[in-house]
Amino acid sequence: MAKIVIDGVSYEVDPANNLLQECLSQGLDLPYFCWHPCMGSVGACRQCAVKQYRDADDKDGILVMACMTPASDGTIISIEDTQAKSFRADVIESLMISHPHDCPVCEEGGECHLQDMTQMSGHNYRRYDKKKVTHRNQYLGPFINHEMNRCIACYRCVRYYNDYAGGTDLSAQASHHHVYFGRQADGVLESEFSGNLVEVCPTGVFTDKGFSENYTRKWDLQSAPSVCVGCAVGCNTTPGERYGSLRRLVNRYNSEINGYFLCDRGRFGFDFVNSEQRLTEPVRIVNGESQTLAAAELSQTLTEFSSGGAIGIGSPRASNESNFMLRCLVGEKNFYAGCADTEHEALQTIIEFAADPSFHCPSISEIEQADAVVILGEDVTNTAPRLALALRQSVRNKALSLAEDSHIASWQDAAVRELAQQQRSPLCVLSSYATRLDDVASDTIIEAPGVLTAIGFGIANKLSDKAPAADARSVGAYAEVIEAVAEQLMAAKRPLIIAGTSAGKTDLIHAAANIARALKEKHGSEKVDLCLLVPEVNSMGLTMMVNKENTLGRALKKLSSGAVSHAVVLENDLYRRADSGVVDAALERLENLMVLDLLETATTAKASVVLPTTAFSEHEATYVNYEGRAQLSFQVHMNHGAAKPAWRWLNGEQECDVETMVNRCSSEARGFDKLGQLLPDPAQFVAGMKIPRQSQRYSGRTAIKANLDVHEPKQPVDSESVMAFSMEGIPAQKDAAFMASAWAPRWNSNQSISKFQEEVNGKLKQGHIGTQLIEKLANGGAYLPPASPSTEVVDGSLEVVLAHQIFGSDELSARSDSIQQRMTDPYIGISPTDAQAQGVQHGDMVSLDGIEVPVVACIRSKMPEGVVAIYCGDGDINPHSLPATVSIGSSESPVGERGIRGLIVSDLLEDY
Amino acid sequence: MFDLIKDTLLSQVRTLWLVFSHAFVKADTVQYPEEQPYMFPRWRGRIILTRDPDGEERCVACNLCAVVCPVDCIALQKTEDEDGRWYPEFFRINFSRCIMCGFCEEACPTNAIQLTPDFEMAEYVRQDMVWEKEDLLISGTGKYHNYNFYKVAGKTIKGKDKGEALNEAAPVDIRSLLT
Repeated sequence: MAKIVIDGVSYEVDPANNLLQECLSQGLDLPYFCWHPCMGSVGACRQCAVKQYRDADDKDGILVMACMTPASDGTIISIEDTQAKSFRADVIESLMISHPHDCPVCEEGGECHLQDMTQMSGHNYRRYDKKKVTHRNQYLGPFINHEMNRCIACYRCVRYYNDYAGGTDLSAQASHHHVYFGRQADGVLESEFSGNLVEVCPTGVFTDKGFSENYTRKWDLQSAPSVCVGCAVGCNTTPGERYGSLRRLVNRYNSEINGYFLCDRGRFGFDFVNSEQRLTEPVRIVNGESQTLAAAELSQTLTEFSSGGAIGIGSPRASNESNFMLRCLVGEKNFYAGCADTEHEALQTIIEFAADPSFHCPSISEIEQADAVVILGEDVTNTAPRLALALRQSVRNKALSLAEDSHIASWQDAAVRELAQQQRSPLCVLSSYATRLDDVASDTIIEAPGVLTAIGFGIANKLSDKAPAADARSVGAYAEVIEAVAEQLMAAKRPLIIAGTSAGKTDLIHAAANIARALKEKHGSEKVDLCLLVPEVNSMGLTMMVNKENTLGRALKKLSSGAVSHAVVLENDLYRRADSGVVDAALERLENLMVLDLLETATTAKASVVLPTTAFSEHEATYVNYEGRAQLSFQVHMNHGAAKPAWRWLNGEQECDVETMVNRCSSEARGFDKLGQLLPDPAQFVAGMKIPRQSQRYSGRTAIKANLDVHEPKQPVDSESVMAFSMEGIPAQKDAAFMASAWAPRWNSNQSISKFQEEVNGKLKQGHIGTQLIEKLANGGAYLPPASPSTEVVDGSLEVVLAHQIFGSDELSARSDSIQQRMTDPYIGISPTDAQAQGVQHGDMVSLDGIEVPVVACIRSKMPEGVVAIYCGDGDINPHSLPATVSIGSSESPVGERGIRGLIVSDLLEDY
Repeated sequence: MFDLIKDTLLSQVRTLWLVFSHAFVKADTVQYPEEQPYMFPRWRGRIILTRDPDGEERCVACNLCAVVCPVDCIALQKTEDEDGRWYPEFFRINFSRCIMCGFCEEACPTNAIQLTPDFEMAEYVRQDMVWEKEDLLISGTGKYHNYNFYKVAGKTIKGKDKGEALNEAAPVDIRSLLT
């Protein structure tokens, strides 16, 4: 700790940081632009000037940039010094010279860092009477609007997009006061993390396109803390609603998980909530005609379904409460997993490993600290995108350690990058097709899954003789790589192994666990980071809830045998979970099928009773992420139509509030005993006041519904939650994790978050980062042997691996408008050699034997021979109906509307 | 005795004198509504939405009037036309709540919303005091005749390209080495 004096007051600060960061950590207001808490300092904007004095006797002092000056012991500075203040006012005046006077028609207005800083620095009128510089805008795709005139050239966008997120298609162009931030030509921004530009840009150059179409100012949005349901990472979000529709979603800071950034699936994939395909009425379908179900009828129907051994099928996208309630309704024995059997098996293994004391499942912020990473067969960018962004930071640890050796502070961003050049921490990507992380990988091995598994076992065996050896034939060619990777892992301070369920091979998970176990044995560290990714938002929660042997396959078999007459399917489309034929056979004989879901699916079409459920922003619920971390997500706005949370439908007429439900789940379900810790403690709240979901300046209260009736209705009362559908209450209570959205006086933009952190980049003051549910066992497991040999490939056919897409592979976000514009049709990725052998051209439509839907052929130069990567589209092809090997035939069908135009992969053979 | 007369009788006589002298004073009563009072131009009465000198809607749906309104009686929703102009999809004022404070006019960056000297807004049915955009929008410029927001602001709309707003230079050719 160092002691510094700011304006005569002495503060204890961390000398490893710069003055700007420490000033903000101390809660002082100092304007800045180019500095970002996650990206360090470059000293470009000159806005954070302060006066620094040599010693107590120095009365003159010199102007320094706070962001470029270390907070070393004994520093004496002044923020309030007249010269410093007038310097800052002059700087902002020059930054504003060409600003286009369009705040009223700017989406950033009202939450603009530039507005805040201008106010703070005291610049009011434009004195400069020369012409303003103008720029042409670009089309940047369906997510982002571009308005270059508003730019103040802080360089944050390119520093984020290129340096932080690894993008390649945004750059600073031209020079001096003509500098331009954009692409070489109009086109879609390729990075999967482009949406963060909206929050990184301190003004309105990059704005949210979808939000602009249904624009509402920040102060008019009703918001609440929520959790993203796009994948299993569980990023924290703040959705905003106005006039009954969900308008946008922004990042909510969580020091352990997403920090300041989201992926584009999470940010833009919320729109399904407003979809026209939402179910609105509880209906019973009799002879193909749907009749609205009356309340009285409903309880009778429930009794029917709860008695007589009805089968309940849970869902990895439903909350813990809903899964639990279904389990209560049908009984634990009759509650089945709502995911594919192979996935269920893999998930069981993952939960076992999560409880293994040798392993530690790292959070996103811990992943950023890894200094040697091996990814085994998981396409992280497309299955858990936020994690890929964290991995891009992990490879920079080499640069940071080099900087430390050279006594360069880690926040000296340009210096650290200059020093390290292209040197990165090792990242070894083993995959069956080229991934989007290959550009920062030290080793990339693209091979059939069988070989990948063998390499995985090989690495483990290299690390420790006790680990079972791999099939020597498959790994022969990779002996050197295996040795190199083993060495890298041994040399690392914090090695990390990543695998997951998306490849559909439990063997890969076993191999990853073996590597981690061997490392633990040799490395001497207490725990080794083993990150096993699961596919959906609550895959972990569901798997913990369901008995190991209650697989979906067994449920379907039981149904098709006719042994049961009733089944309840919870928020699940079975046609995405198992082979269509098997599901058809199971549902055909079933007369009484109750489906609870929020959108129409192939399964709701077969139901006899359909109950509409609420989307993530319409209920308070808990979800368990890939780490086993449970998080509470709050209701943002009123329900859609007659939709209710699924657990409420299943609970029938019994009165029960959501807290009781969470507590019940916590006390009754095995492994969920810490769930209750998520609930806010009412004693924390000032005078029992609730937290308002609306801002203090929520407008139009007496006019919004005045067209319906001039006697405005009372605000809806939320009797269950600690949050209120109102502007009344105390917004920033002791527990900052529950604040509706970040706002502090003088800080209207998202940069206000520093006011709620213990220190910059630190935890939120008393915020809730979630609760780890899985407890470690006393003893670790043993090494696992390699399973069956790889798939036998018949001559002329190709081994199938599944490809995933960030836009399209997730069922719910695929129903969002802007996401749909980025989706592609189903395609196959094949190697040029195989394509030639089959006589297939890039962009041709081809058929796969046994599959009705034709697919687009995509020739990818790095595909291994004999392997075909199949992307199934948004439910176009049932991945569970795919055979292990396929042969390719020609197809007469025309290429679909989307084709593969939007496909962004690194190894396309030719442009399409 | 004299004091008693002074305290009681004189006072009453004075009162009678004052009352009856009014019989010869010009009446203050105005025969409203037949006779209309003069309203000052800056009187804060009925709210209107105006058009710019080109006859286009001035309101850009920036929401500043709604947020400044102390009784929250303004609600609107932004939308955009094919020319790139922002305008309100709906604009509603609940005059049964409005206190005619004029803050909305002060906050309006485009001079769209203006208060007028018209105060005759009484209705028999309270519901009729809810006015929509169709009721509010006039065809003229109101009190401010010349201001045209889009001519000043650097946002491109149809008919006004980049560099054509007030004080703007032509767009930069970023690929040129000559500037």
